[in-house]
Amino acid sequence: MTANSKIRVLVGKPGLDGHDRGAKTVASALRDHGMEVIYTGLHQTPDAIAEIAAQEDVDVVGLSILSGAHMALFPRVKAELDKRGMGHVLLTGGGIIPLEDMEALHRQGYARLFGPGTPTEDIAKWIRAEVEKRRGAEGEQS
Amino acid sequence: MTFSDSRSNVRAVDARAEWQRAFDEAKKRGVEFSTLSGAALAPLYAPEDAACDPERDLGYPGAFPFTRGVHPTMYRSRLWTMRQFAGFGSARQTNERFKFLLAHGQTGLSTAFDFPTLMGYDSDHAHAFGEVGQVGVAISSLEDMQTLMSGIPLQDVSTSMTINGPAPILLAFYIACGERQGVDPKLLRGTVQNDILKEYQAQHAWLVPAEPALRMITDVMGYCARRVPQWNTISISGYHIREAGSTAAQELAFTLANGFEYVRRGIAAGLDVDEFAPRLSFFFDSHLDFFEEIAKFRAARRIWARKLRDEFGAKDPRSWMVRFHTQTAGVSLTAQQPENNIVRTAFEALAAVLGGTQSLHTNSMDETLSLPTEKAVKIALRTQQIIAEEIEVAHVIDPLGGSYFVEAQTNRLEQEAERYFQEIARRGGVVAATEQGYIQREIHRSAVAYQAAVERGSKKVVGVNCYVEGQQGPTIELHKIDPAVEREQHERLARLRSRRDASKAKRALGDIRDACKGTDNLLERFVAAAHAECTLGEIADVLRAEFGHYKEPKIL
Repeated sequence: MTANSKIRVLVGKPGLDGHDRGAKTVASALRDHGMEVIYTGLHQTPDAIAEIAAQEDVDVVGLSILSGAHMALFPRVKAELDKRGMGHVLLTGGGIIPLEDMEALHRQGYARLFGPGTPTEDIAKWIRAEVEKRRGAEGEQS
Repeated sequence: MTFSDSRSNVRAVDARAEWQRAFDEAKKRGVEFSTLSGAALAPLYAPEDAACDPERDLGYPGAFPFTRGVHPTMYRSRLWTMRQFAGFGSARQTNERFKFLLAHGQTGLSTAFDFPTLMGYDSDHAHAFGEVGQVGVAISSLEDMQTLMSGIPLQDVSTSMTINGPAPILLAFYIACGERQGVDPKLLRGTVQNDILKEYQAQHAWLVPAEPALRMITDVMGYCARRVPQWNTISISGYHIREAGSTAAQELAFTLANGFEYVRRGIAAGLDVDEFAPRLSFFFDSHLDFFEEIAKFRAARRIWARKLRDEFGAKDPRSWMVRFHTQTAGVSLTAQQPENNIVRTAFEALAAVLGGTQSLHTNSMDETLSLPTEKAVKIALRTQQIIAEEIEVAHVIDPLGGSYFVEAQTNRLEQEAERYFQEIARRGGVVAATEQGYIQREIHRSAVAYQAAVERGSKKVVGVNCYVEGQQGPTIELHKIDPAVEREQHERLARLRSRRDASKAKRALGDIRDACKGTDNLLERFVAAAHAECTLGEIADVLRAEFGHYKEPKIL
């Protein structure tokens, strides 16, 4: 992976939640910002999401939950990613997630979660900066 | 609207040209003058912009084409039903919320189910992990339904149930619950959403593919026509289409197109259109664009009436009527400065009332953060009561009828909907258009366009892209679901399965399997299975095994 290759993002919908407007809007916006975006579709298990992330060798996994199941499902996705040696990916997401839950998930490895009203531009810029930071660090190590 | 003679016509043309000159010369604000859905708006509407024949296009309230309302008296006889959507946690917790709402003057019940229930899984299914009781109440069995309605005599309330894929099963639980209370199904009043087409298009809680799902819907229409005659068998819903990002015109067009499909299916199943069409009801969003929304409700009534009478040959005027529930727009609420949501909701609710809604849910200010607290729900209900009791708007029927602007918007929306009907027909009907992902792509396109408009600032959202107060946490108290709910549901289901007559339950499931392969009415079998204490998931598993799973088309 070179520092200049396209950023690869998996946008995932874990659980039974059917609200996909946000996930799809963000997915489209990230594509418009030049990223390679894979969208899982609805009703995915944490296991399936991690599997796609590994197969597609993504830099970023972004999850969306508006059903209140984030505290149950976000940690499971993280565990499934770790199991597949994907612990290095940038983890992010959004939905209807109370602030204190965002903080708890941050401590569990979710770099940043975005709430309603966030401009997609901000999300794209943040992802680009984070991935470049990580790629830079990898470059220095090798 | 026409002018009386050619001389006044000439004067009007001159006057208009004069105004136009004055308007063109003046300085204007540098903003985009369009509806919330992006339709261009003129600065002024005059009679010639609102071409309409009052007799043909408007009529009188309670008479074809119902543009001005479905009842001759509208709110002078009866106010709209104040129906707050509620459901969370266990059946017992939601039962308490129902009683709280009834005690504060609410006049009908509306049930929100959690995602496992919406998808036809019992609370103890692996897929239900973390979702039990979260966005609504968990109902896995007749026993849960009895707890939900305990102390509420079913002959005295009307109950709406927002459920679709497994709607016939939940309706069976409700009918059986009534029978256990000693209530004749003929006395049950309420609505089951049961609108599967918009699930595939927008809300995404389905059970089986379209064809068997549509067969179950016609089974519900047939069964209820005979045995539960006061029940609304489908609530044809634009709400979720709009919330998923559609424009007002798309909401109108796709909702009505879905409705026409149900009518076709009912007729194809051998039912007389006037036997079931009077029990079809509708459910629309009321968004922030005040006039566009009012026009949308009026256009919906006119389009449906014309199609049902002239294309489907319905003779009973009740078949021609769009009776509808409205919910204010959840998507219009902001997490930033959440108290402002009370104001947004009030305007949206007012549009619904001026548009002639039959029932109304007003959202609570905290719903972008969590499920609503009791305090927030009470303010939302009080908002409706203020509209009903204090501001004197409910006295006059269709008060905006004849407004050049509102009539012009009503015409425009009708024309835009008609263009969509033609495109859907060209694609082989609404089922084909959905399976092709066409409708989903249209909705997505509008959602993306709106987001872009907000981000470039051409559409304003107070607290989000203007009048921003900077980063801050929520300033209001939040409602949390107790994780114990999930565990208790597991225990309750385990007790149920060990307590019931296993062979009776097995037989009832076998009867459902046979009906799936044949043509017997499935709702009848579901009612029998409910009495045999079969669970939602067990019944749904039979359907999934017999009919297969729905596969979402890839649109992105």
